[in-house]
Amino acid sequence: MLAFLIRRITQSAVVLLVMSVLVFVGVFYIGNPVDILIAPDATPAEYARAVKALGLDKPLWEQYFIFLKGALHGNFGNSFVYNEPALKIILTRLPATLELAFTAMLMAVFVGIPLGMVAGIQHDNWIGRNIMRFSILGFSLPTFWVGLMLIIIFSVHFDLLPSGGRGDTVDLFGIPVSFLSWDGIKHLILPAMNLALFKTSLAIRLSRAGVQENLQMDYVKFAKAKGLSNTRIIGLHVMKNIMIPVVTVLGMELGNLIAFAVVTETIFAWPGMGKLVIDSIGVLDRPIIVAYLLITVTMFIIINLIVDILYSILDPRVRLGDQR
Amino acid sequence: MRNKLLAAITLLALLLVGTSTVWASTLTLGLKGEPTSLDPHFHNVSANNMQALYVFDKLIRQDNRQKLEPGLAESWTPVSDTVWEFKLRKGVTFHDGSPFTAKDVKFTLERIPQVPNSPSSFTGFVTAIKEIEIVDDHTIRFHTENPAPLLPRNLAAFPIVSKKNAEGRKTEDFNSGVACIGTGPYKLVKWDRGDKITYARNDNYWGDKSPWETIIIKPITNDGTRVAALMAGDVDLINFVPPADVKHLSKEENLHLSKSPSTRLIYLHLDSDRDDTPTVMGNNGEKIRNPLKDSRVRKAISKAINRQAIAARIMDGLAVPASQMVPDGYEGTSTNLKPEPYDPKGAKALLAEAGYPEGFRITLHGPNDRYVNDADIAQAVAQMLTKIGIKTEVNTMPKSVYFGKASALEFSLMLVGWATDTGEQSNCLASLLHTYDKEKGFGASNRGRYSNPVLDQKLEEALVTVDPDKHNQLIIEATEIGINDTGIVPIHYQVNVWGMKKGLEYNGRTDGYTLSREISIAQ
Repeated sequence: MLAFLIRRITQSAVVLLVMSVLVFVGVFYIGNPVDILIAPDATPAEYARAVKALGLDKPLWEQYFIFLKGALHGNFGNSFVYNEPALKIILTRLPATLELAFTAMLMAVFVGIPLGMVAGIQHDNWIGRNIMRFSILGFSLPTFWVGLMLIIIFSVHFDLLPSGGRGDTVDLFGIPVSFLSWDGIKHLILPAMNLALFKTSLAIRLSRAGVQENLQMDYVKFAKAKGLSNTRIIGLHVMKNIMIPVVTVLGMELGNLIAFAVVTETIFAWPGMGKLVIDSIGVLDRPIIVAYLLITVTMFIIINLIVDILYSILDPRVRLGDQR
Repeated sequence: MRNKLLAAITLLALLLVGTSTVWASTLTLGLKGEPTSLDPHFHNVSANNMQALYVFDKLIRQDNRQKLEPGLAESWTPVSDTVWEFKLRKGVTFHDGSPFTAKDVKFTLERIPQVPNSPSSFTGFVTAIKEIEIVDDHTIRFHTENPAPLLPRNLAAFPIVSKKNAEGRKTEDFNSGVACIGTGPYKLVKWDRGDKITYARNDNYWGDKSPWETIIIKPITNDGTRVAALMAGDVDLINFVPPADVKHLSKEENLHLSKSPSTRLIYLHLDSDRDDTPTVMGNNGEKIRNPLKDSRVRKAISKAINRQAIAARIMDGLAVPASQMVPDGYEGTSTNLKPEPYDPKGAKALLAEAGYPEGFRITLHGPNDRYVNDADIAQAVAQMLTKIGIKTEVNTMPKSVYFGKASALEFSLMLVGWATDTGEQSNCLASLLHTYDKEKGFGASNRGRYSNPVLDQKLEEALVTVDPDKHNQLIIEATEIGINDTGIVPIHYQVNVWGMKKGLEYNGRTDGYTLSREISIAQ
């Protein structure tokens, strides 16, 4: 286990280093941020002053090494547009995104898995077929369109839920969260539903396939022969077996939810990281873009690690360590 | 009798309901942009400059048509050619109760060039000032090296902070609220980044009192979401209603819209300097000498553009055909200039006269996420040019890529926009049409490198002429020279639209700002 962890961490460090070079060079070649940030009527002298203030007068390699030196000390540089540490700005937006992503994931798990199991058991009647139809819709409708539809139906037409924003937050261990106030929950429902739709469909498909596959297995027949109740067979034995692929896939998808909630956050004006990075790309705020991508990569690495560990708990035959 | 009584009571009740549309004491605004900082001197960009006016005041205000009016300064007069005297308003206090005096003005002006890491500073507005002389607590004099007729305009560009609260403070302290203490109509309560800014009314405000105790500003970047938020009643007023939504919003019973032309000019810049320009080719793809150097070719391009059609069809009527850089009625605008009439025949004749009877090939570059319908306008212009024989291809790209390339002079013909925040024409003359001159600071956005010595000379003379009439006359002459020579091709001014609940009143502003002090309850 320890050797496995150490190897993982070394590999991750290399991945991060390569990523940072790629991102840095990539962002450098898109364009010059000063052209976007500066007032158009600024004189050439002011332009030069802004270039210098942002450290853009130095050659690329020098800028990179300054960045790397800072990054090793946990400092990703100051954002060009906010003039505050990039990391701090991203971290203040992180709770909103995490909250949205976890709510969406919970929705997907608690709606998707049961529905999928029902669809797997009742695969030849109208219930199962309708569940599958729903999952096809969930896969194929664009997030953007669904988001706008949710707003039009629930906010504009029926006036049940707010159309966007985050609502009242309550501090939990110093971190503002919205799921502890009624207003906050109301603001959370629509974006979380929007974000959860695709994952719910995924969970339905995975668990349905798992149930169908497992129902054919000898152990199920054996359990039936032994006279175990259907509820017990499905709720305990089958459930345990279908969870392995579901946990793996959803675990990976959680990373996607956190990193790429961009569309949902934009439509619902949700103040998370995704919206921040889109705004930052618009003005080429390099420190934020680079820091965001590195944080995202780190997060994926950690999630993969947790998935691997969970996997070994669910299926003791899987051993962590040297798998050559 | 009973019926009459009933009718009377009903009528009375209706009247009461009708007149007492009681407004909650909170006003919620859904605005397109979010400020990058609450430090009013950190980033010269309109979202920040607008937001600053909730908390801070300027020495000189701009009204909704950008005419100057007294703010923290009650009057300003030139004492001599190089000295301006400002009389400051008495009895004004900052939010913390400390009095506003000349010390604060001096501190603000000295702070501006020293804000660290500013990506776009306000320094240009104060560089003319050589010495600041405090005569007494409410009189201050600015000494300049050269005559500075634009000084009042420049001092209307940024707000005044308090020396007591801002001294030694950083941009971060403004964002957190510690240093964000002004003389303005509202006090900052809290900025939840990306989500909302909350303000509370300043009950000691020297100007007109606002009817709302609390104002909440929500940044909603996505156009569709902003419109939905208004329709759902989550916000009371939104800015920058997208043209496509204007029609159906104006049919909503409980909403109404207000439109205001803006100083945002959409224009073409043409490379009129180099012999060899990047994207022009002969009809067979061969290299040719830059035809845009010839003013007849430039005029032909201007004549080929059907401005009425663009305004009506592409902009859904939300554009005003343009004749110069700033809309009619502004300081320094010429009354002789009219939008170039659509004249494809005349354009063809001019092209033939210039030696291009068969035209040539060119690429029109433009942004696709910067101005209202920018990519569509570029397509329309390209079709119009192709009609007169200039075979035009369109290449649009995100603004983050576009402006860098445009400034590096990689384009021959480009679609650009310009907003004159100062509200008078010399600002854009100096940046767009004056010969590029790094030392003197002219032509910073002159991406076509247009150059005309007569224009340069008139403008430079105007910039040291304090007498307002003479100053304006020179600016008008310089403008006429530049436009008649087609230094740029003006297309239209954008019209901004605000949407709000019935019962609210906002007339809009030419600078596109949404200011609390101008939003009122309908009578």
